[in-house]
Amino acid sequence: MFSYYLQLGLRSLRRNPILTALMVLGIALGIGASMTTLTVFYLMGSDPIPWKSSKLHYVQLDNWSPDEGAGSDDRPPDQVTYRDAVALMTAAKADRQAAMYKISLPVQPENPDVKPFIALGRATYADFFGLFEPPFAYGQPWGRDQDAQHARVIVLSHDTNETLFGGVDSVGKTVRMDGVDYTVVGVLAKWELRVKYYDLTNGAFNNPEEFFMPFTTAIETKRRSTGNNSCWRSPGAGWEAYLDSDCVWIQMWVELDSPARVEEYMAYLNSYVEEQKKLGRFPRPLNNRLPDVKQWMADQEVVSRDVEVQVGLAFAFLVVCLINTIGLLLAKFTRRAGEIGLRRALGASRRQVFMQFLIESGVVGLSGGLIGLVLTGLGLVAVRSLYRQYANVTHLDWAMVMTTIALAILAAILAGLYPTWRACRVQPAAQLKM
Amino acid sequence: MEIRPILSALMRSKVSMILIGLQVALTLAIVCNALFIIGQRLDLMKRPSGMNEADTFTISSIGFGQSFDVQSTINADLNLLRSLPGVVAAAPTNAFPLSNSGWSSGLSLAPGQRTSTANTAFYFVDASGVSAYGAELVAGRDFKPEEISFRTPNDEVMPRVAIMTRALARQMFPDDSDPVGKSFYFGGEEGEPATVIGIVDKLQAPWVSASMVENTLLLPSILTGGSSSTYLIRTEPGRRDEVMKDVEEKLATANRGRIVRGLRSMEERRSQVYAEDRAMTIILGSVIVALLGITALGIVGMASFWVAQRTRQIGTRRALGATRGDILRYFQTENFIITTVGLIAGGVLAYAFSLWLMDRYQSPRLPWHYVPIGFVCLWALGQLAVLGPALRASRVPPAVATRSV
Repeated sequence: MFSYYLQLGLRSLRRNPILTALMVLGIALGIGASMTTLTVFYLMGSDPIPWKSSKLHYVQLDNWSPDEGAGSDDRPPDQVTYRDAVALMTAAKADRQAAMYKISLPVQPENPDVKPFIALGRATYADFFGLFEPPFAYGQPWGRDQDAQHARVIVLSHDTNETLFGGVDSVGKTVRMDGVDYTVVGVLAKWELRVKYYDLTNGAFNNPEEFFMPFTTAIETKRRSTGNNSCWRSPGAGWEAYLDSDCVWIQMWVELDSPARVEEYMAYLNSYVEEQKKLGRFPRPLNNRLPDVKQWMADQEVVSRDVEVQVGLAFAFLVVCLINTIGLLLAKFTRRAGEIGLRRALGASRRQVFMQFLIESGVVGLSGGLIGLVLTGLGLVAVRSLYRQYANVTHLDWAMVMTTIALAILAAILAGLYPTWRACRVQPAAQLKM
Repeated sequence: MEIRPILSALMRSKVSMILIGLQVALTLAIVCNALFIIGQRLDLMKRPSGMNEADTFTISSIGFGQSFDVQSTINADLNLLRSLPGVVAAAPTNAFPLSNSGWSSGLSLAPGQRTSTANTAFYFVDASGVSAYGAELVAGRDFKPEEISFRTPNDEVMPRVAIMTRALARQMFPDDSDPVGKSFYFGGEEGEPATVIGIVDKLQAPWVSASMVENTLLLPSILTGGSSSTYLIRTEPGRRDEVMKDVEEKLATANRGRIVRGLRSMEERRSQVYAEDRAMTIILGSVIVALLGITALGIVGMASFWVAQRTRQIGTRRALGATRGDILRYFQTENFIITTVGLIAGGVLAYAFSLWLMDRYQSPRLPWHYVPIGFVCLWALGQLAVLGPALRASRVPPAVATRSV
């Protein structure tokens, strides 16, 4: 029976091509708009490291001015000072911990064919690799002992290794940067993140770094952060004074394997700040925070307001398209009262008529969904060209493709319900009189 | 025009009327709010930076190795840049408008003041700075070459003379018509104050979405962070692209111990810094067009259906003496009534959307005139959409009444 109704539906849609085209186009446009925005929204907001996002916690300490808070709603600063980062690293109270900051260094390749270039890097601790699990192609991370020794070692990204060494295993070779030689200990495989969640302060949609080196080495060679730096009072003159100051420029992540460990770590942070208060620092009330990955992404508004407004608008647009489809289906079905009357008189039950017309609506939805899928693809290309930084969050995956088609069919069936119900109420006698 | 028969006909097909009305209502509410957002973004994007953007570009240099001397490099680069044909002014700088990256801090009026009077961006430049930005000095004087010195971000004492934008001066000294010669302090510093020596009409801070975007302080120093330097170059009108190529090549060959990068015109920076706002206007614009299109098609579809359904009645009316114009007006009036009911609901909905946006995103209230303008546009759209089916209806011959369908 299903395939027969499907045939009837297709035939009826062909009989009135303009009306059909209008309905399909309406659904396709609505689906295209809402799925384009929904894809961006979903990929931006989705968990970047679902297997451990609740164990990774960002450290926020409120060392800000007694006169004004660092952020709105009494939020602590979104980075920490050098002295606090080092104190927390030394105490090593978490299961894993890494302080980090953004650097950029001129690379002087040995190969004369490769021109010197500026590479963006991350100065961090050995635990970084255990925390965020970037895939290695060759070698391995440096060890904690090398953190302690300020070792001149480096981990290269896949692309940097391509540029410098043609993609071969370069472990053990050296890279000269700003006059200092660093030994390659590891090379990452391609590491693409939709959201660069470990440094939301310096651009949530930036790519991961081109190289990684020990934090302690970067400090010893007096590498300033090339990322965000905020001070609530003058740090004083010189590098040492800067390290000792209340300026925040470092991101700090810890891994805490259970809620109990989170509580313990929070207690430790509070006691640390209380100690510091005795030294005259931390003039504000105790306000330490340990957001996990998802909370931190929400706090930093990774999904921008524009994207939220666009999703809302696109769905309102879909509603208008559906109302439009209801009207057109109503018109179409009402015109076929005679046919319905005839079928009913020949013994079709209301249920059967209902099924027939619902399937016809479903066919409209399916066609609209397929065209909508194409429109969604085009929409994502358009979004990618409008927002260059969104390259990693404008791809359709299977889940979204299935959602698109399901949404289209559901929408069309919902839109078809009322017209179908009206069609079923046709009295056979009234239609057959003429 | 006889309204009563139209109303009673409408009451017979309530659902269709409600559907069209709803569509019109939602369309009005969305279009008004989307247009308002587009208007806000366009206002943001058209704010002048205070610079001569058409003829100006920036370029950076980063040296490497222990033997690299940043100060002598900057001096040599500036001499080179100023000798090139087509260059009107060249200055070292740490930041500029439309770049979203720079240094800001608070200024105060009294020594040791705990909260600052105003926040401002710092632009460290030499005596050619004002000219290189293309800013207009409206009071006081420019920096003199002997006031310029090198400094690093770790130096504590700030320069003692400064030029500020009019907007910053108004915030610092609201009661003074002539801020030149006034004193101020950096952050919570004590001791001797710094002095305002000049006022520029306008020069934006780097952060286009900051509330203090019009507050900028120019300071007579060449700031060197590590081994890098950045230059702001203004060319003779129309020669920018040619000079850009020349500068990149000359700087790269003049000194092999560094990397030259970040060659970008201010126009390119403007388009990048406002890329999101432009994207929003394009996306909202497309939604508006699609929405109006769908609504118009919906009206055409429903009206065609009604015309088809009432062919016999139309024929009967024609046979009883109604003119073509009467039939045309009948459908137009019917559309006007439905649209009006939808628009009244849509007006309420538009303000409801606006309230929601205000509550959720702290956006400003929808100005009242958007809704009446939307009314007029959608009335026009409705009349246009119904015209085709109504004309078809008016051409129904009276003879139809005598046929049995």
